[in-house]
Amino acid sequence: MTPETLFEAWVYLAASPLLGLTTTLVVYIACDWLYQRSGQWPGLNPVMVSIIVLVILLKTTHTSYETYFEGAQFIHFLLGPGTVALAFPLYRQIPKLKGLWGFILGGILLGGLSSVLSGIWIAELLGASHSTLLSLAPKSVTTPVGMGIAEKIGGLPSLTAGLVVITGVLGAVIGPSLFKLLRIRSDIAKGIAMGTASHGIGTARALQLSEEMGAFSGLAMALSALITTFTLPVVLQYLSYY
Amino acid sequence: MNIIPGITILLLFQLVSETIVIVFQLPVPGPVLGMLALFTTLVIRKGWRGSFEPVSQAILGHFSLLFVPAGVGVVSHFQRFENEWFAIGAALFISTLIALSVTVLLLELAVRTRHSTTAQSTDDT
Repeated sequence: MTPETLFEAWVYLAASPLLGLTTTLVVYIACDWLYQRSGQWPGLNPVMVSIIVLVILLKTTHTSYETYFEGAQFIHFLLGPGTVALAFPLYRQIPKLKGLWGFILGGILLGGLSSVLSGIWIAELLGASHSTLLSLAPKSVTTPVGMGIAEKIGGLPSLTAGLVVITGVLGAVIGPSLFKLLRIRSDIAKGIAMGTASHGIGTARALQLSEEMGAFSGLAMALSALITTFTLPVVLQYLSYY
Repeated sequence: MNIIPGITILLLFQLVSETIVIVFQLPVPGPVLGMLALFTTLVIRKGWRGSFEPVSQAILGHFSLLFVPAGVGVVSHFQRFENEWFAIGAALFISTLIALSVTVLLLELAVRTRHSTTAQSTDDT
């Protein structure tokens, strides 16, 4: 095998979806293994570490995101049916919803608003550009909704997608430690907070901790997507951000 | 093999919901509507005796993997992160902390109040 044939093989593989797909899976499995070995240390959150490793890989091999996504889209696609499947754990939690609906809606509304307002005010204070502010506003909702809202209010959808994922990872990483610090006992409260502040990635983390937390996080994620879609543009318009 | 009917039902719910979203120009993403539709169906039918729970569990068991491809998308915005990393980082970190605290404290209070008004029950960790 000469360097030339190796190079040819690379050129062929780099253009095929197989490479992006397999690399994502291998990197994720390795990161998850490391995370489990560390006793689930939050600093080694597998989503975060996988993203960092893959970004470094793309940068060092000069591969474009579009080429990578040709393969990774098969994983990305499962987000749709996965979100639909969240109806299951939620259904099993129905008895626990009794008498809590008002509080759940109130918590999601207040949590979502505080997230948006504190986010854009802090960014503005620290000198972020206007397009960054508008892309930052819908960061707490699930990726497709966030991108839709960003487009509507004049932000950059693809930037929002990145900020949404970072927010999700942040929530997944700091949430459980914060709850311990605040001495929160109810898995319902923890789940609603995770879903409100950090959408699907928070829900994924919550699912690992308990089914109850995951179910309520999924519920909060869905409701906050609905609530934010309708309220965020109005609030931002009222504050004359767009 | 129970995987095929299971994944088909999930995709059907998603497909119908995506269609409704497009036809009625709803501002909600299809999968979120699909989740609400499946939830409503489960409530009406009082569960589902079919065999697609294992599929749901398989997908949800590795739910976090599914966010990796979208996350790698930050690679397209390196320039902006280089220029504004401090403002973006501080805004994301502090606002996430605030949102988590506000929501969790309110709900914890609500759950505790409910527990003291109804009889004592056991569900805490």
